[in-house]
Amino acid sequence: MSTHKAALCKVQILKLFLTSARCVRITRFYGVCGLSTSTPASSPKVCIVGGGPAGFYTAQHLVKTRTDVQVDIYERLPVPFGLVRFGVAPDHPEVKNVINTFTQTAQHARCSFHGNVRVGKDVTVEELQEAYHAVVLSYGAEGNRTMGVPGEDLAGVYSAKDFVGWYNGLPRNRELRPDLSCETAVILGQGNVALDVARMLLSPIDILKKTDITQHALDALAESSVRRVLIVGRRGPLQVACTIKELREMVNLPGTRPEMEASEFEGIAETLKSLARPRKRLTELLLKAAIETPGEEELEKRNRAERAWGFRFLRRPLEVLPSTDLIRAAGIRLAVNRLEGDGEGVRAVATGEVEDVECGLVISSIGYKSLPIDPAVPFDARKAIIPNTMGRVQQTAGLYCSGWVKRGPTGVIATTMNDSFDTARTLLQDIGKGTLDVSTVKPGSQGVSALLEKRGVKPVSFSDWEKIDSEETRRGETRGKPREKMLDVGEMLQVARA
Amino acid sequence: MSVASASIQFFTRLLRYRTKCAFPFHAASRILISPYLPQVFGGNKVLLGTSAQTLRSEEKVTVYFINRDGRKITTSSAKGNSLLDLVVEQNLDIEGFGVCEGTLACSTCHVILDQKVYNQLGPITDEENDMLDLAFGLTDTSRLGCQVCLSRDLEGITVRVPDGVNDMRRSDDAGPTL
Repeated sequence: MSTHKAALCKVQILKLFLTSARCVRITRFYGVCGLSTSTPASSPKVCIVGGGPAGFYTAQHLVKTRTDVQVDIYERLPVPFGLVRFGVAPDHPEVKNVINTFTQTAQHARCSFHGNVRVGKDVTVEELQEAYHAVVLSYGAEGNRTMGVPGEDLAGVYSAKDFVGWYNGLPRNRELRPDLSCETAVILGQGNVALDVARMLLSPIDILKKTDITQHALDALAESSVRRVLIVGRRGPLQVACTIKELREMVNLPGTRPEMEASEFEGIAETLKSLARPRKRLTELLLKAAIETPGEEELEKRNRAERAWGFRFLRRPLEVLPSTDLIRAAGIRLAVNRLEGDGEGVRAVATGEVEDVECGLVISSIGYKSLPIDPAVPFDARKAIIPNTMGRVQQTAGLYCSGWVKRGPTGVIATTMNDSFDTARTLLQDIGKGTLDVSTVKPGSQGVSALLEKRGVKPVSFSDWEKIDSEETRRGETRGKPREKMLDVGEMLQVARA
Repeated sequence: MSVASASIQFFTRLLRYRTKCAFPFHAASRILISPYLPQVFGGNKVLLGTSAQTLRSEEKVTVYFINRDGRKITTSSAKGNSLLDLVVEQNLDIEGFGVCEGTLACSTCHVILDQKVYNQLGPITDEENDMLDLAFGLTDTSRLGCQVCLSRDLEGITVRVPDGVNDMRRSDDAGPTL
């Protein structure tokens, strides 16, 4: 009991620090923030589809740069923030600090948030174009690339997108119930998302239980039998797509040890001096973890460790092998590659050799993928993005795009931030030059609200979200977590309307 | 006990940012003398009157910022504040600076210093170097603004904000993605 209280006390102190740490406010561009202004009927009205980082950063730049622009953000879910809420790992709370900036944007007088509105279903893009001078598509990537191999549909095989959605409380993934009763998990892909998944599978529960990880995921991980995680990539050690911060977290993860084959790193040390700084430091750390003899302290840690992780290189999935009852995954067949070419042009080529790895959990982390939202919006099915030039959607006046749906699903929040600023600049340039006509009076959100009301759709405002936010925070407090996320859209709506 | 050590690990990590610039202030007092109006009070985010701290002119350090557009900004802030603290406190118009609010989770507060000043500063932690690795336009005298704390020795330095503050974790050429 007393340790529980002590833990709660620590959380209170932690929260105090978190609040003070968040005192670093990004306020410079708002000046006097929040004063109501009556937006003249003829002001430019912009609609943003998608309430994640791309949407909010685009809105931020628009509202900051022109004092007459009114921006409305439409989001499918009742809750805002997109992948900041549903993608960033629970043990990376500092990355979520951007929510403070987004909150300020949403609370700005010339910006409003409308959750629970499905663009493409509740309202079409054409209808938005009639109500607004410009529509910016920032709806990200809700799909994922598939391995395209037999056995991908077996129980125990998941996309990283769904697995991450499961432990982060994305409503559509709440029923995932991944089977964690096996000893070995294989992750395909070696980017930061793959490392996030590996870290969630191997982190001590005592660390996870203080985060905003969903309770059902926490309970499942507490019962998990997974002791070994292999992170498999098509190419070699010099091509790993993860970054050093995430690799260092794996290396330092309590209760774990790295287990890798020295043979996979032959010749790598010799290349170090010719590498650029980021790749050099990353490779040095990888070599240190994989093949260097550990010091005394590290050796002790490894001897005590009950869980292991490791990269495997030059392997591509051919088939997920079924169990004897043919229902679940029992292994994975991998093609062995070799590398051809050098520098940026290095390619993986099949050798013909094949290797089988026994495992009960297969998670493919090979990329997210955008999907088309509405027939009125051009879509490049091959690249899975909206065809555009600097954010202007091709062949469609008045349509813009920002974020992953514009450039493809890679990059961190800061990447998306810069990209969104670029699109906003393009849009503002078009207004300035007159290529985007803002002279006609448009109904903006009032026009859309009328349509939504007729269709029985009730949007969730930002202050409605704040009720959900408070409730989640309150529920989290009782468990020593920053929040306990609601998993059900119905429940979110209930709390929003209370 | 692993619970205690895990909490201590988490706790110290948070403390590390706040105490980094707080010497000789105790971490707890840092909250109380913070120049910012905390989020929890809501309202306009203004600099609390400097009467909250006895900021005699000798305790302030002058810094010259060269913004991305080449314009020079003369500004000053209290000893112990980081360059990021200064940018926020003085409301400098640098778009997208310090996105993670000083928690070593991004590289958007990347600044370039003079060689002499760079050499004066203390050793760079692994965590800062890890984030610097991803900074756009990294130089041999680059630092993260949230990790550089003002002191007497830094009086009158020039700090350059590089172009296209950009995490290198983007697609294609940069290699590491997502």
